[in-house]
Amino acid sequence: MKNRIFTNLQGKDPVSFLASTKRGDWDQVKDVLKKGPQAIVDEIIASNLRGRGGAGFPTGKKWSFVAKDTGNPTYLVINADESEPGTCKDRALIRHEPHKILEGILLSAFAIGAHTAYIYIRGEFREEAAILQQALEEAYAHGFFGKNPPKTAWPLEVYMHQGAGAYICGEESALLESLEGKRGLPRLKPPFPAVSGLYGCPTVVNNVETIAVIPTILRRGAAWFKSLGTAESSGTKIFCLTGHVNTPCVVEEELGIPMKDLIENHGGGVKGGWDNLQAVIPGGSSMPLLPKDICTQVSMDFESLSKAQSGLGTGALIVMDRSTDLVKMTARLAKFYMHESCGQCSPCREGTGWMWRVLERMAVGKAEVKEIDDLLSVSHYVEGYTICAFGDAAAWPIQGLIRHFRGDIERRLRQYSKVDI
Amino acid sequence: MARDLNKTKKITLNDHEYKVQDGQTILDVCQEQGIEIPVFCAHKRLSVAGNCRMCLVEVEGCGKLVASCAMPVHDGMVVHTNTPKVKESREGTLELLLANHPLDCPVCDQGGMCDLQDITMAYGVSKSRFLENKRIVPDKYMGPLIQTVMTRCIHCTRCVRFATEVAGVEELGVIGRGETMEITTYLDKAMTSELSGNVIDLCPVGALNAKPSHCKSRPWELKKTESIDVQDAVGAATLAYSKGSEIIRILPRENPEINEEWLTDKGRFSYDGLKYQRLDKPYVRKGGRLVPVSWAEALMVVSDKIKSLQSDEIAALSGGLVEIESLFALRQLLDSLGVDHRDSREKNVFLPYSARGDYLCNTPLVALEKADAVLLIGTNPQQEAPLLNIRLRRAVKKGAVVGLVGAAHDLGYAYTHLSQKATVLNKILSGDHSMADTLKEAKNPVVLVGIDALRSEEGESIYRTARGIAEAYGTVLNILHKTTGCINGLEVGFTPKGKGKNTAEILKAAIKGDIKLLYLLGRDDLLRADVGDAFVVYQGHHGDQGAQMADVILPGGAYTEKQGLYVNVEGRIQETQIVTPLLGGAKEDWRIIRALSDHVGQALPYNTRDELLKVLNEDFPFFKQYGVLSKNTLSTFKGPLEIRRGLLETTVTPYYLQDVIGRASPTMAACVKEILCAKV
Repeated sequence: MKNRIFTNLQGKDPVSFLASTKRGDWDQVKDVLKKGPQAIVDEIIASNLRGRGGAGFPTGKKWSFVAKDTGNPTYLVINADESEPGTCKDRALIRHEPHKILEGILLSAFAIGAHTAYIYIRGEFREEAAILQQALEEAYAHGFFGKNPPKTAWPLEVYMHQGAGAYICGEESALLESLEGKRGLPRLKPPFPAVSGLYGCPTVVNNVETIAVIPTILRRGAAWFKSLGTAESSGTKIFCLTGHVNTPCVVEEELGIPMKDLIENHGGGVKGGWDNLQAVIPGGSSMPLLPKDICTQVSMDFESLSKAQSGLGTGALIVMDRSTDLVKMTARLAKFYMHESCGQCSPCREGTGWMWRVLERMAVGKAEVKEIDDLLSVSHYVEGYTICAFGDAAAWPIQGLIRHFRGDIERRLRQYSKVDI
Repeated sequence: MARDLNKTKKITLNDHEYKVQDGQTILDVCQEQGIEIPVFCAHKRLSVAGNCRMCLVEVEGCGKLVASCAMPVHDGMVVHTNTPKVKESREGTLELLLANHPLDCPVCDQGGMCDLQDITMAYGVSKSRFLENKRIVPDKYMGPLIQTVMTRCIHCTRCVRFATEVAGVEELGVIGRGETMEITTYLDKAMTSELSGNVIDLCPVGALNAKPSHCKSRPWELKKTESIDVQDAVGAATLAYSKGSEIIRILPRENPEINEEWLTDKGRFSYDGLKYQRLDKPYVRKGGRLVPVSWAEALMVVSDKIKSLQSDEIAALSGGLVEIESLFALRQLLDSLGVDHRDSREKNVFLPYSARGDYLCNTPLVALEKADAVLLIGTNPQQEAPLLNIRLRRAVKKGAVVGLVGAAHDLGYAYTHLSQKATVLNKILSGDHSMADTLKEAKNPVVLVGIDALRSEEGESIYRTARGIAEAYGTVLNILHKTTGCINGLEVGFTPKGKGKNTAEILKAAIKGDIKLLYLLGRDDLLRADVGDAFVVYQGHHGDQGAQMADVILPGGAYTEKQGLYVNVEGRIQETQIVTPLLGGAKEDWRIIRALSDHVGQALPYNTRDELLKVLNEDFPFFKQYGVLSKNTLSTFKGPLEIRRGLLETTVTPYYLQDVIGRASPTMAACVKEILCAKV
């Protein structure tokens, strides 16, 4: 693909400030800032950029919600707590394109009027934190950040904070709680962070990838970005291909690319050929899986995937061939969600454990057929009844499994009961 | 209908339109309109947690169901609380809550007053599809008052929020996450708050139970009596549960103006002290030993002694738990005998009593919350009146500045310790102190003087300087009493008459031999050494210090065994009710005095309590108005008096042992051992 934003995504070049500027980072920053904050927000709205963290909320719209003239400072928080199983796009960006992130932070902070930005980085990303810190120091040294930065004249302090290893801290309000030094429990909404976020002040929380594409959009224009992708999903997206593909990779592609093309062109095809494909989780572990016949036709964009009763999520494809035990796989995911539930809301705290236990039994066949319906109904009690979207994320993979592979589960249960007799 | 004026918005709730106020949540409106919404975590006096997910309702325009406890109303909102979707969510959440909740209701102490039980009956489904093993959570040690069965916990975090937000102690918290989340105390230590018992009421399930009454009864077999707590001067409303002649538990009743819905640990748990050390028959000292005698003989001994003495040789002192009726009756008897020496105040305490405002807390408890500058003088409200301290703490949270003169204590909030010496008050009065500036700038300054500050020879100067400060900064003087009995005495004129002696003078005269008969009405802070060789008549309900040195003991009733009027620190008249019958040969206190008046030939003009109250109301018309906050006036101010010296000391009676009931209570003894001794 010609129109790439992240030219060093594979890490072929060094990441130093000098090498990054050669790739075009930190270019024309002053010119962009000259347009003024409103123009930047308008440009991002016009570009139709949607958040890359999983929910796909329009970024420009999010910025425009920020409460103004509150008398309190505005904060920009970068969510680098990438923990969704299967996803490793932010890690690749931090490793190989840190200056794109930092430049994005500067432009976004300017656009929303923030003089302080925090990067909340996943605790396990130790090397990445070192790389990002190094890049941050370079940016300070070259006069982009600080109290009175010569290159930008926009006072901006950027701090990096390392998490302590909780998946839930990737949820924006839990992230803010954690950043404040409290237990990482998601907050009740409303009020939304744009009104009352970090320390009760207006806050924008953006994903690393979202922030990192912003400099390029502003340099090349919203029209260019919008010309890529589909009507509702503009631009390019980083996809992570894992599982039973011949060459697992992190790759940038235009949104709307057929899933089959993505897997064949970049992942080197499914192990054992396309016919050996059983199912794909298209957007990180929270998204319902899709069976092969849907995978053959579906395109990788927000609208097509949600039409297929799944979602683009983080753009992490977990490809599974026919050797995969899907029930066992779903049980493993359910265990992950049980372990990572914060324990605040009753349905999620109790439901995630319940679903895991039932799935573990189903994986060996030790359950009754009617329990499939029970499992489905319990998953609906967890979904949508909780403070944050974690409950949904825990329920969807199970619903996806039952939706597409109910026959397989039933067969397994019947077979087990026969063997038992 | 001033409240309705603020209702500027309209919402539609179950097809009816309601006017609502800005800032209300959907749950607030539903509760106001009598629409029931099941809740576990929501509590009107605690912050919103929104974690139980029981209160979900449907709001038109929102894709998902909305937690009504957290969702503020906005104009034109359309809410449904009884749609199939809402019903399904309630059933689902309850089924999940019960998945790991043991169904041990038959052996659970909460059974019959359990929110989970009630809500499951009303909104739940009758069977569970959960076949796996249930979670087991180890029980936590929370001290001698709280029995924990943590497996039953549904993680509503009410207890944690109460401890942090209301009680001001960060002793309860949450560890772990997801299914392994647990409520615990820090390192398994006892809760040290004087209000810890309230977490038991707040717990919607049987996870936190009252240890002293654990597994003793079921709520439906208990008789409930609405009464008040008289063990501190706040006068919290209580609901006493009794079985036969035994009190099983005492819970708070809601009274937003006094105790909201909280109760102190002493008021809640010291009731077992009513079973021990009780005086249940009259005694007379014969040959150095107290011997049980008949009422007739005991009264005869007392009346003979009285008749043999001059009125100037008799004195009476009253104690901290004594009610209005007996004080009034005794005062009338003393009046008819011409006895002028009587007092209800502690030794050496300077406290004028010519007007009600002189000795009361003139700022209502509710108004204390609005204070923005507080000057505390020689008091530790955390120990003396924990429920009043809650109000001060709330004021501090809103930004009030508190300055303390006197010994420094942990009050549960940040304050400035101005000095331990009272002389700093001179400077505050003259404006030569930073606290003076704070008071001057404040809109609602409060000056609160503890009884301990008024002890000693500087009592008068401290009182007058404090009043000077209050008046200089545009507020009134407030006195914080430790006991309600002292207020009661001052209210009905149980004070030196004319040239009569006060407590200190009476005791001095007794040692000298001038006072030959000392009538102690529930007074227990004196030793034999304090009263010399005087003939001591003790009337009261516990065999404490007063009874030990007595020559005659006349057994009366405790506050749970008689109807009695008590005045609280703000001057509200309240009434206790009979929870359990009088013990053995004990009699109502005013009847004892009535009987004695017959024996001395000065019969009092009443034979029933109603008749007594009629006479009382003639003398003190304000006693007709129960529970009302009166507007108190102060006597004319003689002007401040310079404080010359005065290191303020506070007495060190442990909180749990401040009165005879507490001292006789095994539970309170356990508190001292496990909470106070463990602290050091």
